[in-house]
Amino acid sequence: MPKTMFDKLWEAHEVSDGLIYIDLHLVHEVTSPQAFDGLRMAGRKVRRADKTLATADHNVPTDGTMAARLIADELSRVQVETLERNCEEFGIPLYSLGSERQGIVHVIGPELGVTQPGMTIVCGDSHTSTHGAFGALAFGIGTSEVEHVLATQCLVQKRPKTMRISYAGELGAGVTPKDLILATIGRLGTGGMVGHAVEYAGPAIESLSMPGRMTVCNMTIEGGGRAGMIAPDEATFEWVRGRPAAPRDFDAAVERWRRLPTEEGASFDTEVEIDAGEISPMVTWGTTPGMVVEVTNAVPDPAAMDSPADREAAERALAYMGLEAGTPMTEVALERVFIGSCTNSRIEDLREAAAIVEGRKVAGSVRAMVVPGSQQVKATAEAEGLHDVFRSAGFEWREAGCSMCLGMNPDILIEGERCASTSNRNFEGRQGKGGRTHLVSPRMAAAAAIEGHFVDIRDWS
Amino acid sequence: MRPIDVIEGKVSVLNRADVDTDQIIPKQFLKRVERTGFGEFLFYDWIRDGEIELEPNPILVAGRNFGCGSSREHAPWALEDFGFQAIVAPSFADIFYSNCTKIGLLPAILDEEHCRAVAEAGEARIDVDDETVTCAAGVFEFAVEPDVKHRLLNGLDDIGITLENAGAIDAFESSGAADGGPVTTAL
Repeated sequence: MPKTMFDKLWEAHEVSDGLIYIDLHLVHEVTSPQAFDGLRMAGRKVRRADKTLATADHNVPTDGTMAARLIADELSRVQVETLERNCEEFGIPLYSLGSERQGIVHVIGPELGVTQPGMTIVCGDSHTSTHGAFGALAFGIGTSEVEHVLATQCLVQKRPKTMRISYAGELGAGVTPKDLILATIGRLGTGGMVGHAVEYAGPAIESLSMPGRMTVCNMTIEGGGRAGMIAPDEATFEWVRGRPAAPRDFDAAVERWRRLPTEEGASFDTEVEIDAGEISPMVTWGTTPGMVVEVTNAVPDPAAMDSPADREAAERALAYMGLEAGTPMTEVALERVFIGSCTNSRIEDLREAAAIVEGRKVAGSVRAMVVPGSQQVKATAEAEGLHDVFRSAGFEWREAGCSMCLGMNPDILIEGERCASTSNRNFEGRQGKGGRTHLVSPRMAAAAAIEGHFVDIRDWS
Repeated sequence: MRPIDVIEGKVSVLNRADVDTDQIIPKQFLKRVERTGFGEFLFYDWIRDGEIELEPNPILVAGRNFGCGSSREHAPWALEDFGFQAIVAPSFADIFYSNCTKIGLLPAILDEEHCRAVAEAGEARIDVDDETVTCAAGVFEFAVEPDVKHRLLNGLDDIGITLENAGAIDAFESSGAADGGPVTTAL
């Protein structure tokens, strides 16, 4: 029987019924301390430190603090220092604050080449789905599971159902992978992919760059999906080639990887078809990523919604967001712009944003910042002069980390501030208590920073 | 973890869909390196702003897609530390559901109508072995995977169970199936 890529990945890693072997375990400071404590209390060791990699990202300051011991916030300092001690004790390689390889865990994996096709990859972070862009089975886990993987290099898993989302056609000019995934979540809902490993397919996906594919897979979790994945192809192989962790016998690896894609005639539990050509630049208006409209549309009217639950949720969201139904999205004014996060902080994202802001100035009413996804992204951007482009336009240029995507470090919104953000979640309080987040692509965020309100990037110049 | 068998008592209700883990336990409380003491920060902003009131009853009835968003296990820790032993909802986010079962907090899926009935009844009895929720309105069945049920009923440590099977992991590794991937310690 023809197999899906998911079937192949699952079967190649099944140690015994429901027990899956993990090829790479990524670790960060927030979801690991209790797991290491658990190991110590039970007198257990880390089974495969050589398949484990750690970095500090979630609550590191982005102001130039270059060592854990110098972090001003005491709790953050303790957490990063705890990670350093744990990695030292258990022999796990760590790129902490001060390392030239430090950065957001989902940015540095692909950057170092440790993310490769055919692997199982987990991390105590829901956006681990990002790595599925390489044809890997990658998903987020909780701290008990982090401890389980540290101790056994395996994970107890129920086999998820499979879903394929096929995109016909091509994305229009100015329409980005971020818009594609936001439009998809808008259509399927925030619970639309629950219980499924999702494969993104079709011509519009095949023509995406690797960073674009990562953006799409990254937000799978916002649709509730267990994992997102895309078949590896020449673009995937070219990305991995030459990176520090690339396989020594690269041609043999590529030969193996070519056998991964879903076979003709394989069946999925759920199939969805979307016309990529009909997707527009998207902006969220509410407090879930599924509350999203085309930028040319207006804030929706809850009264026009069929289900009482949706109506109530929309009313609450509009009250929180301080928006009136019927307001055109292009008239929504902003105080903040954040370009960063594991969704959109790679060098390609920064290049796209820089091309928009070059020679222009950030609106006087807006405070805008760029937070590169990793130290390497930052170094590349600086070598290309992008930092000068951003700074000349009035953007702040920061150090690498998760930053204002979740506001665990000092980069937060103050109550009532409205922000165009290239991150992945517009939940209440996500970027700071009372903060109002609108999710957009890097280009849309950059243009919004210049104008002080959202614009349709397709007819903006 | 503690074994759980029967959970009985009053019901608290949070009638909202898509409640995300950022609401359940906001990020400023994730900086702690301990596993306990999160209960006082449960729904911190919503409770402090008077948006919701919650009694620490044994059972919480919640809306669909409960626990979506971040994988933070701090969310189930906070719910359990606050006093909940079971959460009844029409659906849960995958990672949250799994996290609950790892710490002995029972997630039970009932359809919307039955969730409403349990909420209205105000009291319920949940039998993990029988997979039933009983309240004044009737007896409703839910499903739990056999291995999860076994662990919950016996309070078993997942890692301990897997390590009993260490021979299978050794065999998998020595077969070469785990080779060929990146070696992080050699970077």
